[in-house]
Amino acid sequence: MEKTQRPLSPHLQIYRPQLTSVLSVTHRGTGIALVVGTLVLVYWLLAAASGAEAYGSAQQLLGSWLGRIVLLGFSFALFYHLCNGIRHLFWDAGLGFELKTTYASGSAVVIVSIAMTVLAWVLAYAMRGGT
Amino acid sequence: MKFRTPLARVRGLGSARAGTHHWWMQRLTAIALVPLSIWFVASLISVVSADHATVIAWLHSPLVAILCCALIVATFYHGQLGVQVVLEDYVHSEWLKLTSIVLMQLLSLLLAAICLFAVLSIAFRS
Repeated sequence: MEKTQRPLSPHLQIYRPQLTSVLSVTHRGTGIALVVGTLVLVYWLLAAASGAEAYGSAQQLLGSWLGRIVLLGFSFALFYHLCNGIRHLFWDAGLGFELKTTYASGSAVVIVSIAMTVLAWVLAYAMRGGT
Repeated sequence: MKFRTPLARVRGLGSARAGTHHWWMQRLTAIALVPLSIWFVASLISVVSADHATVIAWLHSPLVAILCCALIVATFYHGQLGVQVVLEDYVHSEWLKLTSIVLMQLLSLLLAAICLFAVLSIAFRS
């Protein structure tokens, strides 16, 4: 098949980073991170199914400092992808395309996803009794 | 310079013969994942620091097991669709693109099966 001569868009580094483009790249980045993060879900469920001993060591691993940092990143990626995904669904419905609205919804996504992450961890620590 | 794909190639289901199926399923699983993932994270917050017996009791409830299965199917389906687009965008060699997509999809299927097995083995425990 002959190659169609279509115009190519300039490479990404030509553009000045904007909130909209950074959030778009972050959506894809968090998506990939979440796919890799499903391995944690697989591990956790398998440990729970295997028995109390395996579950105990999974809890120990996920509760370690490294485990908590991974879970913190995982939870932020999830909340971000969730909030920005809802923003995408509105776009799919043809809503919120005005420049002002895209910036406002973009800022809202950042604020809400950070707030949800903080809330989730505060609640999780409160449930544990502060440890 | 001609920018448009010939009409004959886009008629019906388009050149990929898949129409809007990929796009549609990505949105469908996304919509399903909005309530499912919020429910799952909220549940985990109360369950995750408890002991093994609590987690087993939680997954033993039919409603929880069913919602977990729905979450697993939607998650791996959605993730697999997303990674497919990323591979299509960044892998330029045709055979490597096809091979990586096939391997990634098979791996997603395997991981989903493992998760479903784990949930069901707890749910059906007597």
